[in-house]
Amino acid sequence: MSYTIIVFVKQVPDTQNITGQAMKPDGTVNRAALPAIFNPEDLNALELALELKERFGAKVVVGTMGPPNAAEVLRDALCRGADEGVLLTDRSFAGADTLATSYALSCCAKKIGKYDLILCGRQAIDGDTAQVGPQLAEKLKLPQISYVEEVKELSKGKIIAKRAIEGGYEVLECPTPALLTVIDANEPRPKAVRRIMKYKKAMTRSELVKFHANANYTDAEALVEEEENLKKRNLFIHEWSATDASADIERVGLKGSPTKVKKIENVVLTATETKAIPPTEQGISNLVHELIVDHTLG
Amino acid sequence: MSKIGNVWVFIEQEGGKIADVSLELVCKGRDLANRLGIKTEAVLLGNKIEGCVETLYHYGCDTVYLAEDDRLEPFTVLPYAKVIIDLVKEHKPNILLFGATMKGRELAPRVASEKLAGLTADCTDLQIDDFEDKVNQKSYKDKLMQIRPAFGGNIIATIVNTWDDPQMVTVREGVMKMDSPDSSRKGKLVRIKPALSKEETVIRVIERIREEKSVDLKGSQIIVAGGYGVGSKNNFKLIYQLAEALGGEVGASRAAVDAGWIDHDHQVGQTGVTVRPKLYIACGISGSIQHRAGMAESKKIIAINNDPDAPIFSVAHYSITGELNDIIPKMIKAYKSKV
Repeated sequence: MSYTIIVFVKQVPDTQNITGQAMKPDGTVNRAALPAIFNPEDLNALELALELKERFGAKVVVGTMGPPNAAEVLRDALCRGADEGVLLTDRSFAGADTLATSYALSCCAKKIGKYDLILCGRQAIDGDTAQVGPQLAEKLKLPQISYVEEVKELSKGKIIAKRAIEGGYEVLECPTPALLTVIDANEPRPKAVRRIMKYKKAMTRSELVKFHANANYTDAEALVEEEENLKKRNLFIHEWSATDASADIERVGLKGSPTKVKKIENVVLTATETKAIPPTEQGISNLVHELIVDHTLG
Repeated sequence: MSKIGNVWVFIEQEGGKIADVSLELVCKGRDLANRLGIKTEAVLLGNKIEGCVETLYHYGCDTVYLAEDDRLEPFTVLPYAKVIIDLVKEHKPNILLFGATMKGRELAPRVASEKLAGLTADCTDLQIDDFEDKVNQKSYKDKLMQIRPAFGGNIIATIVNTWDDPQMVTVREGVMKMDSPDSSRKGKLVRIKPALSKEETVIRVIERIREEKSVDLKGSQIIVAGGYGVGSKNNFKLIYQLAEALGGEVGASRAAVDAGWIDHDHQVGQTGVTVRPKLYIACGISGSIQHRAGMAESKKIIAINNDPDAPIFSVAHYSITGELNDIIPKMIKAYKSKV
């Protein structure tokens, strides 16, 4: 008996490793200079799905919403062991807040069809909101288990999972289909060399078109044939627009987002007056004395 | 002008003890409510928790909506969401505040999604102001300004919910000021009979293990924190020795926690606790923006690092460039000789 597991992932700018090059002279971050990466906790979600695939047998479908180049994280997931990739991409999705994002993903899940589990990383490092998982669960009327560390048991219609709570953990039993958000409690496997050789060639339709445009290859019939070829070899990444996913255009992107950004301020390193203390016995003694006098210490 | 709804605070409790963040939010909620000329109301869910009600009055709640049911204890997200959604639909609050705790962060989005309301996570400040939506050429009066760090703490965004009420946010623990309770304050208790069906009670808690946090970073006036530069678990003893000598708590950067040298309860920063003690001593902490976001508002900051270019020095009031093994014992000795 085999399960279907959907893993929703996100390509994010690497906000955690901001090096000197990504800083502008005024001390603010140059977002364009940040590399795009696989959101870390989404890798944990994928790893959990792949473990379940090994333990219980499952088809792992990885979906993402993003610009066309977000197909990169889907290729990455295929190289690690996922079976299928779906890229949800459409200009109308741009500017989505978490509510509009969860709506678009719910349309994507419905189009994928039958599934037993949906896994998401707890949160993405660009926004750190942790909202899309629970909102997606609500949109699909699924029960949710947040902060999952491990799955104890999976059977048809039921899952038992261990999850983190403040100051401890819980073991919960929940009917499937269900949505789980996953925390960094496992070690995501690297890409398998054998799979890289194969899946680096995986493409979406627009990538295929672009690929052939570069080669001055414009025969439409040949393109269709090539697409069929990719599908046969399981190298075709699905690419769905808002219409493909039957999404109500009023509910996606900026239009479908109740929250508006009023203003953005860059955080500039505050230039505090810093007093250098010599690392000597006398220097440190003077410092401690100063702190006692101003009642910081003692 | 049509009367707007009130300010609501979701009250988080564990075994009948109200979470600090909920009381912080009651105090903040009262400020907002006073500014708008409306009431501050609490939503309290659980079982056998009536003892919490008086406390909520004392901190400033005008009304407490109390739902007691054995299916609401312990906390599980589905029945909580159902009860809150039903209440919101009936009473239409203008603002709905949650603590950005593990519970709050899984509950609030579930409620917001059902209500099709905007939700802003992890706010660090809330204000009332007008909003001009230039794109859609609409203006809004007296909206909740939802202020939060984003992009790994590199930007601060002010966000406004432009759809129907409630305006929903989760607020980070420890950032709003808790006022002293006033035991003369009274309020009104409204008992709710939760309408729960089988649909909301499908999740069964098989096992639940919980311990009270052993570390009180938020309540500590002196914090000695160690980072990756401490070098080893064994070397962390130095950090403990300094904290003990000065009567403070031990904090840590994410790098030190990830290295397994110290427990996550000690972590200061964006994914840990936000602190603002009288004195923060950063030992071998390079000072990532995520860490600085959690401690930069400390009144006095001493940074000790062997790298003179460490970013932590940019927020420090005192910088000491050198080795921890050399400097910390000198500091302990200096302190002991003076008090």
